Amino acid sequence: MPFVPHTEQDVKEMLDTIGVESIQDLFDEIPANLRVKTLPDGFPQLTEMELGRLMRKRALQDSIDLCFLGAGAYEHHIPAAVWEVTSRGEFLTAYTPYQAEASQGTLQLLYEYQTMMASLMSLDVSNASLYEGGSALSEAILMAARTHRKNKLHRIAIPQAVHPHYRDVVRAIASQLEIEIVEVPYDSATGQTTLAQLETLSTENLTALVIPQPNFFGVLEDVDALTDWAHKHNALVIGVVNPLAMSLLKPPGQWGKKGADIACGEGQPLGVPLASGGPYYGFLCCKQEYVRQLPGRIVGRTVDQEGKQGFVLTLQAREQHIRRAKATSNICTNQGLLVTASTIYMSLLGPEGLRKVALASHQNLQLLKEKLTAIPGVTLVFNSTSFHEIVVRLSKPVEAVLEQLAKEKIQAGFNLRKSYPELGNSLLICVTETKTPADIDLFVKQLSAALNAQADKSKNKNGEPCNV
Amino acid sequence: MTNNSVPKTLKYSKSHEWVRQDEDVFTIGITDHAQCMLGDLVYVELPEPESSLEVGQECAVVESVKAAADVYCPLSGEIVEINEELLENPQLVNEDPYGKGWLFRIRPFENETINLLSADQYTKQVASEAH
Amino acid sequence: MSKLIFEQSHQGRSARAQVPHVTNQKLAIPAHLLRTDQPLLPQVSELQVVRHFTNLSRKNFSIDTQFYPLGSCTMKYNPRGVHRLALLDGFANHHPLSLDMNSQGYMSCAFELQEILKSVTGMKAVSLTPMAGAQGEFAGVAMIRAYHKARNDAARTEILVPDAAHGTNPATAAQCGFKVREIPTDAAGNVDIDALRAAVGPHTAGIMLTNPSTLGVFEQKIQEIAKIIHEAGGLLYYDGANLNAILGKVRPGDMGFDVMHINLHKTFATPHGGGGPGGGPVAVGERLVPFLPTPTVTKVGDTYHWLTEKECPQTIGRLSAFMGNAGIILRAYMYARLLGKEGMIRVAEFATLNANYLLTRLKKAGFTPAFAGRRASHEFIITLKNEAKELHITALDVAKRLLDYNFHAPTMYFPLMVPECLLIEPTETESKEVVDAFADALIEILQEAKTDPDVLKTAPHTLPVRRLDEVKAARELDLVYRPQEK
Repeated sequence: MPFVPHTEQDVKEMLDTIGVESIQDLFDEIPANLRVKTLPDGFPQLTEMELGRLMRKRALQDSIDLCFLGAGAYEHHIPAAVWEVTSRGEFLTAYTPYQAEASQGTLQLLYEYQTMMASLMSLDVSNASLYEGGSALSEAILMAARTHRKNKLHRIAIPQAVHPHYRDVVRAIASQLEIEIVEVPYDSATGQTTLAQLETLSTENLTALVIPQPNFFGVLEDVDALTDWAHKHNALVIGVVNPLAMSLLKPPGQWGKKGADIACGEGQPLGVPLASGGPYYGFLCCKQEYVRQLPGRIVGRTVDQEGKQGFVLTLQAREQHIRRAKATSNICTNQGLLVTASTIYMSLLGPEGLRKVALASHQNLQLLKEKLTAIPGVTLVFNSTSFHEIVVRLSKPVEAVLEQLAKEKIQAGFNLRKSYPELGNSLLICVTETKTPADIDLFVKQLSAALNAQADKSKNKNGEPCNV
Repeated sequence: MTNNSVPKTLKYSKSHEWVRQDEDVFTIGITDHAQCMLGDLVYVELPEPESSLEVGQECAVVESVKAAADVYCPLSGEIVEINEELLENPQLVNEDPYGKGWLFRIRPFENETINLLSADQYTKQVASEAH
Repeated sequence: MSKLIFEQSHQGRSARAQVPHVTNQKLAIPAHLLRTDQPLLPQVSELQVVRHFTNLSRKNFSIDTQFYPLGSCTMKYNPRGVHRLALLDGFANHHPLSLDMNSQGYMSCAFELQEILKSVTGMKAVSLTPMAGAQGEFAGVAMIRAYHKARNDAARTEILVPDAAHGTNPATAAQCGFKVREIPTDAAGNVDIDALRAAVGPHTAGIMLTNPSTLGVFEQKIQEIAKIIHEAGGLLYYDGANLNAILGKVRPGDMGFDVMHINLHKTFATPHGGGGPGGGPVAVGERLVPFLPTPTVTKVGDTYHWLTEKECPQTIGRLSAFMGNAGIILRAYMYARLLGKEGMIRVAEFATLNANYLLTRLKKAGFTPAFAGRRASHEFIITLKNEAKELHITALDVAKRLLDYNFHAPTMYFPLMVPECLLIEPTETESKEVVDAFADALIEILQEAKTDPDVLKTAPHTLPVRRLDEVKAARELDLVYRPQEK
């Protein structure tokens, strides 16, 4: 039996000690009519060798050559050391660090992570992770509602330029409580969330304004103006940001006159592979005054009985295992392993290295932008500055173009039609430091071909027009 | 941790608050038994001054390493003063629960009936809870 | 004592082989949007990074290095082959928003895991999206709420929870806007049926239960409980934390549960990672199928497709930006394939054998089980309340001393109602020798408690740090390193 070490001799000795005839006797407290005789046949058992063959075949089915998809998950170079060290058994198979003395490795790492993330956001404190970006935003919103005690009802303003899946998650979670979500439209020329749009909102019981940077379209928001507007109306500011971009762009703690109150988002760009969508991790940081409302685990530095420096989980009284129904969140297991990887990644790159990754991605976008707009049938949708993603409109159906390029093993981008029907035939394209000029040229060439092929479909073999 | 003292001059609530009347203002704290159960306090969250509270309403939180317990208002009224010292020194509640560890002062609304336990009644209740 | 990585930094250092080239072109970004200060990130060489974090890892206990008899955590062996295969290029570099046609490899694994989970739980449908147990519970309770709302029954405002329940249960119920009412446990470790009958009514939305319960014993009257709840119009939620005790032996669907979550990081051996990631898929009976969180995988002919809100209009919605902890789903699938049907059935058998054997050895050595007359499930509780009274030592002292014997402590002080308790779960992947060594260690520690209790009270002695001052940590919050300090 895989992973069960007991020999027949072991079993006999153990049953004798217990004083029963067979293992089945140990289940005698379970009502007989509930006990199943066996399980349905299902899938045959495999040895590790056979499993390897199966999984390699399946992995090949999903492999692609070039990825220009972003939309919340980004391909960056991950140094080999990151996962070599993270995959060490002492990190991989360690439990939650409740027994602090036996977990000083993980705890010190988490303290270092908290320091790095808080500083990246230019805020005072960070927790030790949440599940991922969308639920991190939801937790930030719940936190703002708990903190903003003056408001009886809570209204949260969220730009439509925030990731559509994040807004879905917020709806799924906030709708269980008395929290009203108000969406703020974006400016159709620039793709930004503007003051003009905000001014149309009622500010009664406005608990918080969510500000993305960059926003879902890759566009840079005017964070100072938006932050000051929110604070003027006694609303808290929640920044939802790309953490890699914060090495290059002004971070939430420095927005406006008073700085954002809470910052959150998806940690995946920092050393976590795309991996079909997870596991990733969510980060959450805030100003010192809100620390007791911060959900999730937090590590603190202290001393032991001999005055030696050590680390522990602290402020646990806020968490589910103690506070129960009144906890700041129900979260128990979080994303410790991914934080380990990110911390190692950030340590390898350092502040300058991280900034260069962000810069290289941004510079590649400038190159891509130039070449894309030269293709007939491709137009830029927004007239504004972007980080590493842009929105283009295509002259032909996006679905067909995507399929065509997928056959060439190129993921061309994210189809915006479902989430933003008003943008029509539009595609969100991302480029990071992983792409060379040759990659970009190939992409452009294939995209042109796909657009022309669509055009050619309207002519038959002899070049005569026919119905498509 | 002291010896679970229950001063006779004070009144008590079922949820381990003590009450001392000084003319028209009542001082509230948590009992020696309560602070003992909680262990070393690390943080105290107090009500907003001038806020109005109903009897039985959660009005404060006392937090130790192993628990965060709600404090229930033993009578309806308006908060007139909170013990700001506790924000920096929550351990005063452990060291001197009936003196320096007071939580807040409240003026009851007019014509409020106030139902509290005597020291004996509270002592009996704690004894019965011990199982 | 390890220096912090910041304390090893030197201005200008980094792992240069990892930094991409940039050109000198002028930035198109307006100045007021740029960062002007340098964030506090380490400035160290690649070797410094590898050494620092490798050394940190060596301060940890882990399943790979120690026995972890943590009750309700199921710390079984995490198969390494599974971890390596999950990181194959095709999976690791696969973008979640890739077209379905480029995602068939992952989707086939996800679909097959859905099917496997359906069959072991006896439920009708599965969603793999919840990221961990707590999120699974959230999904379950939210589905219960959606179910009553769809029936136009606005009176269902209460969720019942046993007083022995795991903290995530009431926390989740509160997060979904429900009032929580606790039901007491009787002396035999079962839910008090009379108290339950008195508590149900038209305001009952449902009950959250674990079986075996958090007390480590099988809830024998579960079918009666199901009847009471269903007759009152409520639904039953099963917390799958203890599924390892009944995998392949009993199916929650057969017990009358309407919805449940499974902890992949427990029952399906995915690695704990020092605090996550986990996986908390939910499985439902017929009544709740329309409300499952999206996306889920369906198979049409030979190809797999994602079902989203569009195809499932009554769904409670999306719980995360993408499709859950995909890498964990892959690992759980692979583990299930390595086990096969026979292997799965053996899990509960050997987990239960190990637990009962250990319980017997400890009983014979004079330890007090919380429920003397009951069988252990895959775990059991011993209470040290007598030892506490006679020898003035606590469960905490024993737990800390176990660390010196190179065993991770069992779960302590949970469930809350058993005084000075240790909740012990050996799991099926531990050999008889390890279980015996653990029993011997506890016996020796009990002896130490009689002759030299101080050695327990000041334990641990042999770890990188002694007992830590948690009060100081909470009073004088030091949560981030600030460079001006020394």
